[in-house]
Amino acid sequence: MATETMTEKALEAAPPPSRSRRAALAWPIARRALTGVVTLWCISVIVFVATQAMPGDVAHIILGPGASSEQVAQLNQNLGLDQPLLSQYLDWLGNVLTGNMGDSIVSGQPVSELLSERIFNSATLTVIAMVFIIPLSLVIGLLAAVFRDKLLDRAYLGTSLIVTATPDFVIGSLVIALFGTVVFKVLPPVSLIPPGDAPWEHPRQLVMPLAVMVLVGVTYLSRLVRVSFIDVLESEYVQLAIIKGLSMRRILFLHALPNALAPSIPAASIMAAYTIAGSVVIEYLFAYPGIGSALVDAVAGHDLPMVQAIIMLMAAAFFCFNQLADLLGTLNKSR
Amino acid sequence: MKAVEVTGLTVALDDGSVIVDDVSFGLESGQVMGLVGESGSGKSTVALALLGFAKAGANITGGKVVVGGVDLLALSPNELREARKKLIGFVPQDPATALNPALTIRAQLTEGMLGEKKENLPRIREVLETVGLPSDNAFLRRHPQELSGGQQQRVAIAMALGKKPELIVFDEPTTGLDVSTQARVLEMVAGLCADNGMASVFVSHDLAVVGTVGDLVTVMYAGQVLETGSREEVLLSAAHPYSIALLESVPSTRQRLPLVSIPGRAPAAGAKFDGCVFADRCAFVEDRCRDSAPPLVATSTGSSARCLRVEHVLQNQRCLVKEPLPRVESREEDSGSVLSVRNLNASYGRTQVLFDVSFNVAPGETLGVVGESGSGKTTMSRCLIGLHEDQSGIFEMDGKPLPPRLRDRSKEVKQQLQYVFQNPYGSLNPRETIANAVVVPLKHFYGERGKAARDKAKEALERVEIPWRLADRYPAELSGGQRQRVAIARALVCNPSLLICDEITSALDVSVQASVVELLRTLQNDGLSMIFITHNLAVVRSIGDRVIVLSQGRVVESGEVEAVLTAPQHPYTRGLLADTLEVDRSDAETSDLPG
Ligand SMILES: Nc1ncnc2c1ncn2[C@@H]1O[C@H](COP(=O)(O)OP(=O)(O)OP(=O)(O)O)[C@@H](O)[C@H]1O
Ligand code: SF4
Ligand SMILES: [Mg+2]
Repeated sequence: MATETMTEKALEAAPPPSRSRRAALAWPIARRALTGVVTLWCISVIVFVATQAMPGDVAHIILGPGASSEQVAQLNQNLGLDQPLLSQYLDWLGNVLTGNMGDSIVSGQPVSELLSERIFNSATLTVIAMVFIIPLSLVIGLLAAVFRDKLLDRAYLGTSLIVTATPDFVIGSLVIALFGTVVFKVLPPVSLIPPGDAPWEHPRQLVMPLAVMVLVGVTYLSRLVRVSFIDVLESEYVQLAIIKGLSMRRILFLHALPNALAPSIPAASIMAAYTIAGSVVIEYLFAYPGIGSALVDAVAGHDLPMVQAIIMLMAAAFFCFNQLADLLGTLNKSR
Repeated sequence: MKAVEVTGLTVALDDGSVIVDDVSFGLESGQVMGLVGESGSGKSTVALALLGFAKAGANITGGKVVVGGVDLLALSPNELREARKKLIGFVPQDPATALNPALTIRAQLTEGMLGEKKENLPRIREVLETVGLPSDNAFLRRHPQELSGGQQQRVAIAMALGKKPELIVFDEPTTGLDVSTQARVLEMVAGLCADNGMASVFVSHDLAVVGTVGDLVTVMYAGQVLETGSREEVLLSAAHPYSIALLESVPSTRQRLPLVSIPGRAPAAGAKFDGCVFADRCAFVEDRCRDSAPPLVATSTGSSARCLRVEHVLQNQRCLVKEPLPRVESREEDSGSVLSVRNLNASYGRTQVLFDVSFNVAPGETLGVVGESGSGKTTMSRCLIGLHEDQSGIFEMDGKPLPPRLRDRSKEVKQQLQYVFQNPYGSLNPRETIANAVVVPLKHFYGERGKAARDKAKEALERVEIPWRLADRYPAELSGGQRQRVAIARALVCNPSLLICDEITSALDVSVQASVVELLRTLQNDGLSMIFITHNLAVVRSIGDRVIVLSQGRVVESGEVEAVLTAPQHPYTRGLLADTLEVDRSDAETSDLPG
């Protein structure tokens, strides 16, 4: 009790909220930006070292088995691969920082050009998936919380546990088997989008990868929503709202929803981060031309600049969403 | 017809155990009934059941609650909702958690009301003014977390008042408030109910609070009503042994009285009894008390009590009347001091919370430190212990300088200066048996282990009246009072010369508080010096020798307890004393209480 009122007094003494909140925000953002830079730098080192350590000699692979050793040495020199590792790294880092991701070893085209369409495709897929995932998770989480421990809730919990425990790859393959090939054969089993076309011009191709992403996302996010809703429904203020004789509708949507939403927003942001990581598997599985499948191809083709660029990109995106989640979380608490 | 008529109200948990057993009472409009009982006696459960509501896991299994002619428990869910909206207001125990952080004050105040929006707003402004809050739009746009605790409490009261209900239920609405705010809120409640002709039920664990607002008083224990009657009947001539015992355990600011605790501990929720629920702890128990449950019978004082021997009790309770303890001789000043503090200043960041605090503790003396929350009491104890970094001041212990930081203090000094906190969970490791908790400091300070250490631990636990058979239990298996005793035992094994007690009784029920205070008194008689920090003036009166009064980080008054509490000099102390409620006693001089 004593401490409670003490903090209260401290709050009263604090400057007006608008100013202090802005000031309070500046530091966390600056700190996050700083850790972001450091983290990305660490990742760049790891990525660089790891890609250098990939088995196989690049020049040999490019030139084919019949190449003479002079040709190989020449190419290595052209690519800068004969330099010491440190100077190669510094060169590469310098280029990346000035926006030059290098050229693809396989096709010789600039990486940035090759990737821009892929990035667009992946982003489209992720955004559409999130547009479905967020409202669906809210509705399902809310229903499960309201019917807590009833049959509906138990059935839902069981299913979602199974889905979460199954690897995306397996779910994807099942979906393909079910709708794309063996059983119903109503949808194209691969989602090839011709280069130059926007993904939404081919809605049928998008259905299956989206379905898998939404299924996985909703089962994860709706469980979090369910938990935060249950917390809120058990809170004293919802109890007081019931005691005041308010209608169920008003209690659920006006009293419970805003409070349950708050902790779900950072969760949704984390969700977006995982969707980016998970897209590698799903894009590859459906042969969807995004950066995930580009990564798989690049690794297979020993296309080091491509691999490095894609991993850096994904790491940056993952990091941003994670930090966003964290920031939203702290904002929430300070409210 | 009475405004409120409750008959045979019974609430049981899902597993069938009864937590509220056959509660009945009636209220005229304008009357306030105080419902008093210790923690877990079922007060809140009754309060909620008056609205036809039970928390998850509990169900109302029988009885009638008739408010304004409507039996709430016989209604369909929709009708019940309408009835709650129209007939009853509820003021929750803790407004900080019961107001919705996402909604404005205005939304929460108007949403339960029946009429048109246009009429409601002026009504709300009127009510806000009645409870002493601003009523302008800027205030209405605020969210609950932008208000202080006292303001939140008033908003909650305004919320219940706004719709002019037949009945208002208050569930401990003043627990979190400091004495002066509490006094103001109580005065307001009593006035509002009388002026508006509303009946109200006022739940509290504090007899003084109930005695201030209640026209009627009902005493609950283990889910049953043990005594009910008018305020005078129940508080001035209590008939039931439990009511009497409860009154005996309340400290007074007016006299240094010994406190009498109730032996044993309150039964767990849903415990089954064949006979009287109080039999295990009753001083008047006979064999027949345990055979059949006593009915609620009218007594010669006018109240009703659930006791078979009530007339015998009434005739013989006089032997319980207490003599005030002898005045404490002022200890010799020149015998040096155990601890002396000069010009202690402390801050948190840029805000300074302690200003030039100075005091001495003489050997064998108990120094009371009183002040409201936020006055800096806890910061002061943290400074003494050496846990607060941001401090400056001169400490001396037994004439030798005492380093201000814990890490600079020698082992010997640490052993001499022991402390007990408000929440024993903080200092007792939940995964360690209590025997272990007491042995650890022995090992640390004296290098004692094995049998010798256990013997010492046993001795210390017995000194605080914890039987050795409890030694292998974990803190969670003990009651709050027992945990506090273990924390005290742990400090005692170190053989300290000074014990610092920070609010150690404020989380305890009065009867348990009485037993802890009496335990400290025996230690005091053994010559231990203590610093006893509390917001409760009555506790200081019953145990302190000298007292310092802290207000906003400064010592505003200090001196002998007798002198300070009988004739306070500083206006702050006077105000504090005036706002501290007292239970009227038949043996005390006439009181000057409001209401
Ligand atoms: N929903 C529930 N599930 C399980 N036990 C419960 C439930 N509600 C109350 N109890 C138990 O019933 C008893 C009475 O609880 P209640 O909250 O009414 O006590 P109280 O007198 O208000 O106590 P306090 O002074 O601590 O607020 C307690 O022992 C409590 O543990
Ligand atoms: S019935 Fe017996 S045990 Fe119960 S309160 Fe009365 S005397 Fe005590
Ligand atoms: Mg309660």
